[in-house]
Amino acid sequence: MAQQYKLVTCTINGKEVSTMVDVRASLTDMLRNDYRLTSVKKGCEVGECGACNVIIDGEAFNSCIYLAVWAEGKNIRTLESLISPEGELSDIQQAFIDETAIQCGFCTPGFIMTAVEILESGKHYSDDELRKLLSGHLCRCTGYENIFKAVKKTMLRRLGKLDDPFLKA
Amino acid sequence: MSNVGKSVARVDAFDKATGRARYTDDRCDKGALIARVVHSTVAHGVVKSIDIEAASKVPGVVKIVTCFDVPDIKFPTAGHPWSTDPHHQDVADRLLLTSHVRFYGDDVAAVVAENEVAAAQAARLIKIEYEELPFVLDVQKAMEDGAPQLHEKFKNNILNHTTIRNGDYESARKEEGLICVEGWYDTPTVQHCHIENHICYAYEENGQVVVVSSTQIPHITRRICGQALGIPWGKVRLVKPYIGGGFGNKQDALYEPLCAYLTTQVGGRLVKLDVPREDTFVSNRVRHAIRTHIISYMRPDGTFVARKIECFSDQGAYASHGHGIVAKGMGAFPQQYPCPNVEGDAYTVFTNKSVAGAMRGYGIPQAMWAGECHIDDCARALGVDPLEFRFKNIMKKGYRDGFSKNELYDDSYVQCLEKGKAYLDYDRKVAEYAKQTGPVRRGIGVAAFWYNTAVWPISLETSSCRMILNQDGSVQVQVGETEIGQGADTAYAQMTADVIGLADYKDVHVVSCQDTDVTPFGTGAYASRQTYTAGFSIRQTGLLLKERILKYACELTRQAVYNLDIEEGNIVRTTDGRVLMSLGELATEALYSLTHSEHLSAESTYQIKNNAYSFGCTFAEVEVDIPMCKVKVLDIINVHDCGKLINPALAEAQVHGGMSMAIGYGVSEQLLFDEKTGKPLNNNLLDYKLSTFMDHPHLEAQFVENYEPTSAFGTKALGEPPACSGAPAIRNAVFNATGVGVNRAPMTPHVLFDRFSEEGLIRDFWREEK
Amino acid sequence: MYDMKALYEAGSVEEAVRLRIEHPEAQIIAGGSDVLVQMREGKRAGKELISIYGIDAMRGVSIDENEAIRIGSLTSFSHITRDPIIQKYCNVLGEAVDMVGGPQIRNIGTIGGNTCNGVTSADSASTLHAWEAIVELTGSNGVRRVPIKEFYIKAGQVDIKPDEIQTAIIIPKESYEGTYGHYIKYAMRNAMDIATLGCSVNVRLSADKKTIERARIAYGVAGPVPMRAESAERYAAGKSVSLETVEQFGAEVLNDINPRDSWRASKAFRQHIAVEMAKRCLVCSIKLAGGEI
Repeated sequence: MAQQYKLVTCTINGKEVSTMVDVRASLTDMLRNDYRLTSVKKGCEVGECGACNVIIDGEAFNSCIYLAVWAEGKNIRTLESLISPEGELSDIQQAFIDETAIQCGFCTPGFIMTAVEILESGKHYSDDELRKLLSGHLCRCTGYENIFKAVKKTMLRRLGKLDDPFLKA
Repeated sequence: MSNVGKSVARVDAFDKATGRARYTDDRCDKGALIARVVHSTVAHGVVKSIDIEAASKVPGVVKIVTCFDVPDIKFPTAGHPWSTDPHHQDVADRLLLTSHVRFYGDDVAAVVAENEVAAAQAARLIKIEYEELPFVLDVQKAMEDGAPQLHEKFKNNILNHTTIRNGDYESARKEEGLICVEGWYDTPTVQHCHIENHICYAYEENGQVVVVSSTQIPHITRRICGQALGIPWGKVRLVKPYIGGGFGNKQDALYEPLCAYLTTQVGGRLVKLDVPREDTFVSNRVRHAIRTHIISYMRPDGTFVARKIECFSDQGAYASHGHGIVAKGMGAFPQQYPCPNVEGDAYTVFTNKSVAGAMRGYGIPQAMWAGECHIDDCARALGVDPLEFRFKNIMKKGYRDGFSKNELYDDSYVQCLEKGKAYLDYDRKVAEYAKQTGPVRRGIGVAAFWYNTAVWPISLETSSCRMILNQDGSVQVQVGETEIGQGADTAYAQMTADVIGLADYKDVHVVSCQDTDVTPFGTGAYASRQTYTAGFSIRQTGLLLKERILKYACELTRQAVYNLDIEEGNIVRTTDGRVLMSLGELATEALYSLTHSEHLSAESTYQIKNNAYSFGCTFAEVEVDIPMCKVKVLDIINVHDCGKLINPALAEAQVHGGMSMAIGYGVSEQLLFDEKTGKPLNNNLLDYKLSTFMDHPHLEAQFVENYEPTSAFGTKALGEPPACSGAPAIRNAVFNATGVGVNRAPMTPHVLFDRFSEEGLIRDFWREEK
Repeated sequence: MYDMKALYEAGSVEEAVRLRIEHPEAQIIAGGSDVLVQMREGKRAGKELISIYGIDAMRGVSIDENEAIRIGSLTSFSHITRDPIIQKYCNVLGEAVDMVGGPQIRNIGTIGGNTCNGVTSADSASTLHAWEAIVELTGSNGVRRVPIKEFYIKAGQVDIKPDEIQTAIIIPKESYEGTYGHYIKYAMRNAMDIATLGCSVNVRLSADKKTIERARIAYGVAGPVPMRAESAERYAAGKSVSLETVEQFGAEVLNDINPRDSWRASKAFRQHIAVEMAKRCLVCSIKLAGGEI
């Protein structure tokens, strides 16, 4: 049977784009190969590690188990979208650096994108809630400790809770 | 020192926070051919025939090679420095592909195709006929006469057996009135689970086979690729980009030799071999499961009189790092709790399982599980507090080991234990938890660890460094000790800045992507050696570069060299502190001078003939839900004396990661094999239970900073030590909570169910409560 | 890149039914978190897929004309958990599906996919059994409704006819009214795991909160398919709210369940924790219902 292709039009990192994709492709394949968005990492390809996580219409998804054709009409954001055109980092990226939440860096893009979803909710989550919201990502370097600090501190800052003692920890 | 000792941001943090950092797959052209390895589906057997007809017809298949096609050259894989002494070389027992398969997952054939689907389809269609052989999975059964034999040269499957004989154990244990404590302690097979799988790609260019790989050991892997292909080592060029974690798995030549071979079979075209997660678990490396038997004889006052240890290390199917692991582990035994009469035997034994290699701690996590569980067993037998028992018996300041010449220059153990004790409010909690009877109980436990930095005097320790002064006064640095996520490059930048006298570590550009054609020789990232060993060559090379800079400065400033120094990136006259010129001005002049142009650079090798102890401990507090057979870690602290911290924040972060691994080792992680077939059962990230974000509490990391006198910057091992004492500390906390000693790691609910049943704790607490 | 033979995308339920008839060999894919994983493993490699993921009409939670809760089959776990109707009337279902995998899996995974797999460990399944949910299937002859218990035929097999797709899960008013429940997922870690055993209990108490009018309990992984523990339910009905009742309720469970030995857990271990979980779930359910214990 002849290979099946489909034109997929979607918004990626704020820009509407179209490309013909092999219907067998995962969204990870499309983002990495067709758009060279290599922050989208492959760690397991079965939705267990979270390294390929991206935001689709405001929610976090493991792009490895998301068919590329499903991206039609969707608004997709990857880590590459967070840096400003002037090269300025977003607060959550800066927090990952400041809190030493990055080691090998392979899980970092996925984690930051889940953090983006968490932070955009505008809610004040408890520590347990934050841990649960971040639990779809595996990391072998950090023990999650400093990632937790980076996300929590950014949440507190965005909520204007600048007197929270955690910010001084 | 204005950079060393500060918690500056990682040099690669920006690139990693933006997704800019390119790892192996990110650098590979998307037109690469895709290789897929076909693995054995029997635990032991001989390949009788391979039918590739159907597989060859899959559209897109370019090449299929089988065990019958590859060169008959056996090669070693361990990431050890090569030894020019044949008796000291690693065992050469691997072929690129093999017809004598020795574990479920062994490499039999490989497909090269135009895309991954074609490669996977063809791999599934290859039909392999085996003559199955009996197999053995248990390390002690493998040693029995008549057990299935894996390798001809190793009788009873024993790869190696080494001994310790200090004093006279047999006579000493006959002393009257001694208390004897004996136990067997088991650790599991676990896997590194770096989030980036092993991946490499290869192509031919400029008369060389170029291999780009996620490896900890580029120079060693170059050598091994040369050996495996039977080509001069210089014909191989190994490139290491950013690595998504290694933890020892990538301290082996994994699929680089095969990938290098495959490109030569398709006319030098680009071939990518991206290992699926399932294969990473089975067909890369795992940590040795070690079964340990310890007998201790003590006087009633708690003094050790005679001790015996036997270790049985499960090597899996091939030698890889081999006996080095258990030998290092057993080596800790007579030292950590010194005793005049010690008898030790360590065996490394082949079994038909995944190959064991290096993994964070190199035998020490296993040794600490056995040794530190046993210490608590001894304390309980004597009826004394286990922490007090440690204070009494553990290695003290002034201890010197005759073989390594290592000396404990400070009272590291005592200081670390005191710090952990204070953090967890040990005495109060011990008292509080003393009389619990309900279904949910709390407990507190401690374990110490022994570790020594780098591999001298067992093996070569050498580091080479190159520094180049740029026009603007910044400096390029290269060393052979690789950045694998641990933060080595940042430490190197901090050290370099201080040695030369640069204003800021950001004025140092560490070339992170290594290339064996360019990077000075070094053996790579392992043995928690990078900061210690590279420190020597960085200091030496930095001083050399500084000398050259100052010599040139003499010409420009007409000042005596002894009156000049480099401070904050300026040439300074020390007699009055006047800034004479900036380093940038000097460098520009040096390069473009019409009278004396000079490329200011330095390169040197430092061979290290020292080693340094790096000690510490873990304290853990747990809650045990007895009916549910579950352990919850409530609080945990690691305390380390790793000398002076180069970058405290990075050090702390590295400790967190090790603690997380240790928690998994203690309670959940285990790679399982089916007893009937030898097939791995849980080789994926769902069924293999490494800790998630919800599986541990806040991880507290603290330090005792005793300057290490043998070190170039006062620092010593920190990479592996954090993974060494967490598991036994949790075990001892469970022991404290329930009175049940669990000698098998991980302490999964299944293990706890069995142990609690044996001890009568699986009973109806509901009825008792009523 | 997945090894699939062809992909057919349905934009509506009618189109899905037509594609089912046209391509009888094809596998339905909803969120794909199981199907794609199996395809990669090689189990479903080379198959045709009918994607129903794009049928937005099958998303969302509502109250239907009979005051039953209607959950569109493509509603993701995270949307179920956040849904105000679920939170008000059947919060335990939202809690149960909030224990599936991790957050990203809960964004892609659907309740339809979770039940159509026919796997015993599905986190939604024991609660849907304990709440006597009805499965709505739509085929060429219209709509068919099957009690969830009958929907499961055997491990990995559910009652879907070749021309049907599952379109909704329905919880009748009689099932949720005045009813409070609790779910315990027993797993080896606290996230990204499948259940070693799942236990979902719910109760309806008398007006004075002293008597259990109705108790229902269902398990996942206590047998080849999710199952109710009927002797335990019969025992508890009409009993007083007391530790004695809880105790016996737990003991009765062993008459009903039939877990197996596997490398994941032994039968003895599963039996032991099944009793403990039943008791803890019952106590919790009673408390949620306003009872004191």
